[in-house]
Amino acid sequence: MSEAGPNTHAINIGDLGRTQREDTDEVAIRVENLDLYYGETQALKRVNMNLPKNRVTAFIGPSGCGKSTLLRCFNRMNDLVDICRVEGKILMDGKNIYDRDVNVALLRRRVGMVFQKPNPFPKSIYENVAYGLRIMGVNNRSTLDEAVEKALRGAALWNEVKDRLDQNGLSLSGGQQQRLVIARAIALEPDVLLLDEPASALDPISTAKIEELVNEMKDKYTIIIVTHNMQQAARVSDYTAFMYMGELIEFGRTNDLFLKPTVKQTEDYITGRFG
Amino acid sequence: MKNWIKSGEPWIWTTAGAVALSLVMVYAVVWLTAAQGLTHFWPKPVVETVFTGNDGQAVRLLGEVPDKEEVSLLRLREAGYKIDTQDKFTYRYLFKLGNRDITGTDFKWFPAPMLDKFTYPQDVLAIERREWGNFYGHLKQVKEDGKVVAEGAQAWPELLKRMERSNALFREILYIEKVEIGKLNYALEKLRLQERKLELQNRLTDAARADIQKQREPLEANFLKLQEKIERLRHDIGRDSLSAEIMDGRIIDVPLAKVADAIMPNAMSVWEKIGHYVRKFWEFTTDDPREANTEGGIFPAIFGTVMMVLLMSVMVTPLGIMAAVYMREYAKQGPMIRMIRISVNNLAGVPSIVYGVFGLGFFVYFLGGNIDHLFFPEALPAPTFGSPGILWASLTLALLTLPVVIVATEEGLSRVPRTIREGSLALGATKAETLWRTVLPIASPAMMTGLILAVARAAGEVAPLMLVGVVKLAPSLPLDGNFPFLHLERKFMHLGFHIYDVGFQSPNVEAARPLVYATALLLVIIIVVLNLFAIRLRNRLRERMRGLEGV
Repeated sequence: MSEAGPNTHAINIGDLGRTQREDTDEVAIRVENLDLYYGETQALKRVNMNLPKNRVTAFIGPSGCGKSTLLRCFNRMNDLVDICRVEGKILMDGKNIYDRDVNVALLRRRVGMVFQKPNPFPKSIYENVAYGLRIMGVNNRSTLDEAVEKALRGAALWNEVKDRLDQNGLSLSGGQQQRLVIARAIALEPDVLLLDEPASALDPISTAKIEELVNEMKDKYTIIIVTHNMQQAARVSDYTAFMYMGELIEFGRTNDLFLKPTVKQTEDYITGRFG
Repeated sequence: MKNWIKSGEPWIWTTAGAVALSLVMVYAVVWLTAAQGLTHFWPKPVVETVFTGNDGQAVRLLGEVPDKEEVSLLRLREAGYKIDTQDKFTYRYLFKLGNRDITGTDFKWFPAPMLDKFTYPQDVLAIERREWGNFYGHLKQVKEDGKVVAEGAQAWPELLKRMERSNALFREILYIEKVEIGKLNYALEKLRLQERKLELQNRLTDAARADIQKQREPLEANFLKLQEKIERLRHDIGRDSLSAEIMDGRIIDVPLAKVADAIMPNAMSVWEKIGHYVRKFWEFTTDDPREANTEGGIFPAIFGTVMMVLLMSVMVTPLGIMAAVYMREYAKQGPMIRMIRISVNNLAGVPSIVYGVFGLGFFVYFLGGNIDHLFFPEALPAPTFGSPGILWASLTLALLTLPVVIVATEEGLSRVPRTIREGSLALGATKAETLWRTVLPIASPAMMTGLILAVARAAGEVAPLMLVGVVKLAPSLPLDGNFPFLHLERKFMHLGFHIYDVGFQSPNVEAARPLVYATALLLVIIIVVLNLFAIRLRNRLRERMRGLEGV
């Protein structure tokens, strides 16, 4: 059944030029027949989708529907779980990231991730942002200075911390910590940014800031955001995917999906009848 | 009553009582050692009195009174004293009479009723001698080459002046004997070993022999020169002497060369006493022991203890951390690793003497013996590493404290939040990079905790050390000015063993008892200082982790 349902919206894969029609976007990530198992349990079932480039895609759905699991497939974070097994393909630039010869560390540099709870390292603000670059072997002070400033500006944090870069990252407020973590991820200039419920642990003002930031960043990055807050999905995303019980039920432009969902389950969920 | 029990009140009282009891006991330990140990250096007044024996014969007594106790007259009468009173109880005093070489008794109890009134004559001299313990007497004269140079009131200032000279000479002799001759002996021994090595390798040609001889000659000449110098200094130091009247009225000559320190305790002001106290305490911590450890300082023991603990820390920390990292981070968690973990935990419960036996059998005899055969054949049959030494002692203790470090580090690693690890991995760090840059720094306070526990355990351990390196008296420190400076094969002294030796193995237990407490106090202080140092370090590490959940 999943073969038929999901990709309701035609996305022109072939058209790599920027002269696309209004609803045609370049594809950044292509998911083909993705199955994921935790031991015996199947957590993702036959997922097929094309994620558009430089757009914000939101994954919504009730708890346990597999949206976070799917997100973690894009940078292979699921590899850390011993009993996890993946079948199918995820193509980035035509290359399956689950191929044997893929360097996971390099993949993760291209696909940045921000977690539900802010998780800055117990290091200075500066070192937090420079972490990924240092791992890459960049140790030139002026290069690092430049990259750190750029990343902090990109995460709209520069003005708040520029005078105390050597302070511990843990001394920042929750919202600032989350933006610090975003700065840490974009310091590596990734292509894709995965946000796993980035605002769920934050107060409304910090949440608004993060949402604003997501809006600003989509020019540069392909952003995938997991959220269980439907208003948030509606506010920040261009595309929305609704998942349920490990299946992708419906995927399309956010306006279309929220205003005229084609599947009954989607409609029930977004109108609050279940979930 | 039933309601009272139900209210939980008795439970609070019981638990609080347990805390109070523990606290009282800790204070009691510290107070006892401090009170007994610290008062030892305070100059005590010298009492003069007359003891009238059963036969009516009066004996003059002169000495310190370190102890006084209540005793039943019945017991005294049974002991043969004829005391004529109706009381049931009386006191007896312990006199430290000194002059062990002359009178033969140092400490003696006297019943109070047979003693005259106590007086404290101003001119009583208390001498701390380099041999034979203390000397008490009335200062009479100061002599130079047998001729009297000062008498009566002038004797004391003259004595002080001349003591300065004799002490300076003594220090010079000591320096030549210990440092300069020590250095020469070390160089000569090295040459001997070099010769022997060549001989063993069949490469001892006449040329080589001549070469070694050529190196040896200036050393031997130097040696003779130093010996001559010492002879001369010995003669110089023997010039002056003092004479004093001891308690039985005899006049005794004491050469100043034998006087380590002389005071007139009854004439001292409080400030002088404080000065004396500070000086004595300083000497205690910085001098070498004398008289079979019952006098002098304990510096070599302090040095040995600290050095052994440091060496042990250097060995156990990396080993324990690496083992813990493998068990927690790399090994597959299953029944196998659980069994290993249980074994490691149980290692902590093995009696320490067992480690001593293992250390002696494996480290000293097996490892050390083989090292000697391989690397130091020229010194054989005299062992180099094949006999107990500080290296093996530290290794044995490292083994003993390894479980503590492993358990604490594992605990710390398991508390590093998963989100932090994921954050690092998501930035393209490999597992090893994540470990080095993030996980280990976060777990570092826990590692410090392990080290703190290890140090506390190791510094107080005595039993295994007796088998693998500690001795009553070590001729030289494991660290000195002779290349290669650090001599890991040497035996060393240890405060814990020193306490046992001084308190229970020395020829003059009574005299040495205060030293036991003073040494114990110092051991406690050293452990506390080492711990405070480590705790400070840990707190600084922790400061950086503040705000991180679960650490």
